[in-house]
Amino acid sequence: MLSSIDSKSRPLVSLHDVGVRRGGRWLVRGVDFSVSRGEIVTLIGPNGSGKSTSAKTAIGVLKPDEGRVERIANLKVGYVPQKLAIDWTLPLSVQRLMTLTGPLPERELIAALEAVGIAHLAKAEVQHLSGGEFQRALLARAIARKPDLLVLDEPVQGVDFNGEIALYDLIKSIRNSQGCGILLISHDLHVVMAATDTVVCLNGHVCCRGTPQTVSQSPEYVKLFGTRAAQSLAIYSHHHDHTHLPDGRVQHADGSITDHCHADDGHHHHEHDDHGHDHNHDHSKGERHV
Amino acid sequence: MFDDFFLRAVVAGVGLALTTGPLGCFIIWRRMAYFGDTISHSALLGVALSLLFQLNLTLSVFAVAALVSILLLFLQRRQALSADALLGILSHATLAIGLVIVAFMSWVRIDLIAFLFGDILAVTQSDIAVIWGGGIFVLAAIAWLWRPLLASTVNPELAEAEGLRPERARLFFMLLMAVVIAIAMKIVGILLITALLIIPAATARRFAATPETMAIFASLLGAIAVVGGLFGSLRYDTPSGPSIVVAALILFIISLLPLVRRSGTPAAQQRGQSS
Repeated sequence: MLSSIDSKSRPLVSLHDVGVRRGGRWLVRGVDFSVSRGEIVTLIGPNGSGKSTSAKTAIGVLKPDEGRVERIANLKVGYVPQKLAIDWTLPLSVQRLMTLTGPLPERELIAALEAVGIAHLAKAEVQHLSGGEFQRALLARAIARKPDLLVLDEPVQGVDFNGEIALYDLIKSIRNSQGCGILLISHDLHVVMAATDTVVCLNGHVCCRGTPQTVSQSPEYVKLFGTRAAQSLAIYSHHHDHTHLPDGRVQHADGSITDHCHADDGHHHHEHDDHGHDHNHDHSKGERHV
Repeated sequence: MFDDFFLRAVVAGVGLALTTGPLGCFIIWRRMAYFGDTISHSALLGVALSLLFQLNLTLSVFAVAALVSILLLFLQRRQALSADALLGILSHATLAIGLVIVAFMSWVRIDLIAFLFGDILAVTQSDIAVIWGGGIFVLAAIAWLWRPLLASTVNPELAEAEGLRPERARLFFMLLMAVVIAIAMKIVGILLITALLIIPAATARRFAATPETMAIFASLLGAIAVVGGLFGSLRYDTPSGPSIVVAALILFIISLLPLVRRSGTPAAQQRGQSS
């Protein structure tokens, strides 16, 4: 098929030197990035650095005041906005929320709710959900429509730490199973790095970009987030010394496969003394699979 | 008792109430009650202009209401004043200009009260045709716009991102409001149109589990209020427009009583509040 060749060679969306101005002030300027099929791109940056603005420009909600945005024809977007308040007067169940922007077969609706772990809440009114449940419902809605490009603006707000890791794992598995491109926004540095291919670090412009490792070592990143963040990221990177296989076993960097993932099982090539509190995170992640 | 004029009033009123139900739901979901007020107040300017230039009343009311809606969209986009303040200015400015123009035209004698509070007992066959024709048009348009309107009510950016063109839906919605106000003016009057839009919809919220059922219930409750209000007005010799609104209010108050709540709703609410 012509289109499949085309879609492989061309990114789903690409921004070229994009700037957005509101009220005489540039919210972002000189933003360049692209998202391809099967790629997870994460925008990070402090508050007000233009992450949401850049993402909204990428999907056409905002029009750039300079530069250009290219999207493939008929790009199907699934969007989880950062803020979403539903008036109490609107009677909306989770089930009805799922078909908000387009019809959906019942089976796929349930499957998406099951994937995010809230199938039991299908009939609940959205106003009665907790913050974390609501975030999952929004994510389910966005993935159920099988988009080409999934745009998630702070998708794990209000979700507790274990749930957060589970959601990022889910996002990764959606990428793997559906082959869509994912544009992720987060200020939640070290967890998000686990799931991402490319990091674009914004602060009104693109400060630095690359793989999580390169970004974490770049001086611009350290300047923007401070040395502590850079360290926590460096600590994070040791998570890459093992991979969680679908059956729950763990593959280590040296190629061996074990049933569990323990820091002292000899497969890990780092010392633990310099971790501080991140030590606990390491364990909570490992033990979830035990 | 069923005089011809009374039957015509019932048919006209029910036709209008069926139309205002779904529209009223969107007004309360989108928190546009004040917007509805503003557009209906601008109807008096439409009345004045129709008298001044001898134009069709319904058409000129529609034209002025539509213009004010578009002006509002334009001013909101400039974001100089808050939407609230803009609405307040436009609402009372159009009402006042309308009254001033009417006062200048010393050669026309109009029954201002009939425009402000409606004169449903004076509807003619052709009024009924306009109300039902316009109503069917408005309901068909709402059904056609339902998904983009509902999605952009939840979040306009989400609707836009997923290809539903919320700005266009919003513009059409405002034009539909202008149509409804033009046809409703004669029934309940400029000052009470918003009540017929909002009160049945607010009443329906208690009984509805989905947006769609809420819209249907709002239509039915509005129709009940019209019939009840008209019978009351006949019986107690009260003005018809306000009587319809009072009937709608009584239904709303009944809906607040704990007995008639949807089973399951109170428990769910308590869960939601306690967590």
